[in-house]
Amino acid sequence: MKNRTFFWFILPSLVTMILFIALPIGSVFIQSLHIEHDAVFKEVKNCGPFGCKLEIQVDVEASAQLKEDRPLGKFNGFGTYNNRNHLAASELAQAWADSPNWKIFLSKTYNLPFYRALAFTLTYTFVVTPMVLLLGFCIALGVNSLPKQFKGPTIFVSLLPMIVTPLIGSLILFWMIDAEGILGSTLQWLFEDPNLSLKASPKLTWIMLIIYGIWHSAPFAFIVFYAGLQTVPTDTIEAAMIDGASRWERTRYVVLPHLVPLIVFISLIQLMDNFRVFEPIVGFSAQASATSLSWIIFNDLAGGEGTFFGSAGATSVLTILGVALLLIPVLLRTWRDFKGKVV
Amino acid sequence: MSEIIHRRPWPLKTIIWLLVLCWVITAGFPFVWTLWGSFKVQGDFFSKADWAYALSGVRTQVETGGIFTGDGYFGAWITKSFWVAALNTMIVVISVVVISLTLGTLGGYALARSGKKYAFYLLMLALVFRAMPHITLVSGYLLPFFEWNLWGHLPTAIIVMVAINQPFTLWMLHSFFLNIPKDLDESAMVDGCTRFQAFRHVIVPVMWPGVITTGLFSFLLAYNDFTVTATLLSQANQTMVPKIASFLGTTQTEGNVMFAVAAVVSATAPLFVLVMFFQRQIVSGLTSGAVKG
Amino acid sequence: MFLNKITIAGAFMVLGSTAMAGCGISSGNVKILSNDFPAIQSVTAGASACAGDGVTVEANLTKDHKDIMVAALTANPAQYTSVIASNSTLVTLMNDGLVRPLDALVAKHGAGLNPSQMITVDGKIMAVAFGANAQHLFSRSDILKKAGVTSIPSTYEDVLVAAKAIKSAGLMDYPVALNTKAGWNLGEEFVNMYMGTGADFFKPGTAQVAVNNDHGVATLNMLKSLVAYSNPDYLTYDSNATQAEWEAGNLALATMWGTRGGAVLDDEGSTKAVSSNTVLTGAPTWGNNARPASTLWWDGISISANISDADAEATFVAMMNGISSDVIKANNSDTVWLGAGYTPSAASAGVSATAADGAAPYPMLPFMGALHGALGAEISDFLQGNESAEQALADVEAAYTAAATEKGFLK
Repeated sequence: MKNRTFFWFILPSLVTMILFIALPIGSVFIQSLHIEHDAVFKEVKNCGPFGCKLEIQVDVEASAQLKEDRPLGKFNGFGTYNNRNHLAASELAQAWADSPNWKIFLSKTYNLPFYRALAFTLTYTFVVTPMVLLLGFCIALGVNSLPKQFKGPTIFVSLLPMIVTPLIGSLILFWMIDAEGILGSTLQWLFEDPNLSLKASPKLTWIMLIIYGIWHSAPFAFIVFYAGLQTVPTDTIEAAMIDGASRWERTRYVVLPHLVPLIVFISLIQLMDNFRVFEPIVGFSAQASATSLSWIIFNDLAGGEGTFFGSAGATSVLTILGVALLLIPVLLRTWRDFKGKVV
Repeated sequence: MSEIIHRRPWPLKTIIWLLVLCWVITAGFPFVWTLWGSFKVQGDFFSKADWAYALSGVRTQVETGGIFTGDGYFGAWITKSFWVAALNTMIVVISVVVISLTLGTLGGYALARSGKKYAFYLLMLALVFRAMPHITLVSGYLLPFFEWNLWGHLPTAIIVMVAINQPFTLWMLHSFFLNIPKDLDESAMVDGCTRFQAFRHVIVPVMWPGVITTGLFSFLLAYNDFTVTATLLSQANQTMVPKIASFLGTTQTEGNVMFAVAAVVSATAPLFVLVMFFQRQIVSGLTSGAVKG
Repeated sequence: MFLNKITIAGAFMVLGSTAMAGCGISSGNVKILSNDFPAIQSVTAGASACAGDGVTVEANLTKDHKDIMVAALTANPAQYTSVIASNSTLVTLMNDGLVRPLDALVAKHGAGLNPSQMITVDGKIMAVAFGANAQHLFSRSDILKKAGVTSIPSTYEDVLVAAKAIKSAGLMDYPVALNTKAGWNLGEEFVNMYMGTGADFFKPGTAQVAVNNDHGVATLNMLKSLVAYSNPDYLTYDSNATQAEWEAGNLALATMWGTRGGAVLDDEGSTKAVSSNTVLTGAPTWGNNARPASTLWWDGISISANISDADAEATFVAMMNGISSDVIKANNSDTVWLGAGYTPSAASAGVSATAADGAAPYPMLPFMGALHGALGAEISDFLQGNESAEQALADVEAAYTAAATEKGFLK
């Protein structure tokens, strides 16, 4: 394709992405290199319905000029990236020096919020992604072989886990898995343990989140594979049959190769989405046992009192780097496909 | 497709049926439970005493006099004007899907047909863009949007969702276009079509399965989005999901929780129609035979 | 249940038409941003009654108001003319100079206000409070009696004794609940309990945190002894969950927000046995200290700085209408109202007692939010038994220091 033609085809898409994604990413990165100006304090008398008290307040006027001149704040380089709430190099070095063995070092590392989040994020990503691919593929094959009149309703039901708004979906599921809810009680009955609670133990919480993740994302893989199956070239399959290929061989040598671009695509999207796992943690109130990188960002921006833009920015940039690292194998594969393409 | 491919031995058939059945139950049960529960009062559906109350409707009987009640639906749709939110969602979703797909098919097609290095780098860049957690993006928009008085309006939320969804749309359509043989459009160009004409007359008719699947995802994104709509829309312009969240509020008032449950069920109904309708498209778009090897 | 809501809505309509004449504003934009709970719904509905020729009233009630508040008020003109603030959010807004002093407006339009409603900072009125709230003790008198506990506990040591009695009598396995969901709620429980020691959170006059000491360790240990009598799911318990557990009759002793009192005592969502035996008392003390282990909160009206004076005045007048004695009378049980027209009820007994016993307000310090966040994130490890109290407090200190440095509070 000619450069000019390519440019016009891609332009509208590119403009929206630059305006609403690239520029914000740039500004978030710059913000993450800054911290706020040193606050000037003054002691004032605060009075209210519950009496008066001497308390410290920020003297807004004292630093107004400074804020106006340099609205971004004080330049801090990669200081925020390296502080205790992020990469924590000095804390890690300290932990290394203090630890007689690996186990203690790991547990000390796990005590740092960033690494604790990373541990869950990676586990989640690497368990959920392959499971979703596998389950999605099986369901797609299954649904594809159903009689025509069953396909519509089955597809609809299959899509439900993805469709129901995560916010409410997790509220209802959270309720169902409660010790007094239907799934929670069923599990207690199954394992004959009246004290079993999915919410209480970190281990069970992890398992619960992972199962939820698979349940929630399998429809995505399913529908993409299902659409892909519709385009499998029937001639090739027929030819393979005439050559005496078994069902397994046909699936392995004709259907799968045809679906490779889709497999690459799904793993790409799933790796990314799973690496940014966030909603189930909020929905299941699981932050005591499991946190993720996205959850840390959310907590900095919206969790409590006050917002920490620099800190959230730093974690976001680290998340992007993490995703980029994860995607290297997938990208190499795409690159080979790309080079192999004859134009 | 020839029927012979679909002939299967019975053990395989049984396994397939069992698998699909298991999956359908897993996928559908929480929703059926919700549908059933939406006709109960909160004391039953979220019973702390015994989950079986949700089946028998003990509190519902006490509080409303019947085993089922439509209070949740009445409250959500009439008292709390859920229909306004439904209307807003319709506007947002249709716009997002149409705009995303228009931009995405053009871009995705170009990416699939260009062998140049920059096309690859662009794809990579789009991926990096996609890695950005939405919440960071959205909180980055806040100040400029407030400053320029763009905050709170539907078009703002629409264009933001289109942009956020673009990398995904591009990748997905690019994958699908790779599956459409190049010979199709190239032979059209040999016959004297421009690239755009070839795209318009040759590719467009055969791209529907991919476009519909991609469209389904754009649809779901716009339909289910919470981060963007909750942060960028004012209360008057709220779409369904933030509206549902507002039923819950900070303090869950007795009764309002059931408005949320009823609203969730209501919000899922249109999807049923949609999937039933497009399911045929996904299959029939292919029968024209243009895609065959 | 439904009829109830309709009558309330009807009451507003009547109220609206009478209030219209009394509003006395002819033009201006009123845009309110706030949290979303019943008392605030009543206030904004009262303010909306002022809408009419030339006056527009819009309200955005959302749980996520804190996330957009600063950006919305930084813009000029600000997106919202009023934010319904509390102890903590007012400080956030004042840190950036986003709200204006109200002295002139109060002098002109605030004739009916009590002096105690004024939130003054450095001599200037920055907000007008309308409601008070605090966490305090809810007890089930029938369960306590059955367990042989004769009086309602007034200290947390007594709460532990009573909980033990209830458990060993086989009445309940998990009689105690606090709002201990990891995050803001858990942080708030630590703040409350630490308040009961009488110690300060910060070294006087600085932003340096001072909870990593014996008081902090004692606080953590007290929390741990209490959650030992809580349902194992306690780290997921927010105020909605504790209220539901209470109404289901699964709890005998709980520390809950005062604003839940009305809902717990009424007959909706609960049985007669639970609601008629629920007793609301002040927050307990502990460790031989006099100060109740709780913090007092207020909700109040603040007016944006970056808006025209005309809009500010219109907003103030509309909001005064929102907290007028008529609104208070019509919604008496929503909260502990601070304005004229409020009749104290059984539902407010706990908050009133907590305030009367000398509980301290939640500190209005610029860096309190950073500490609150660090507490909520770091102490759950200790409660789960993964680390020592000293380690947890050291983690809190480290997390706070990093956050406060980023905010410019520490160098």
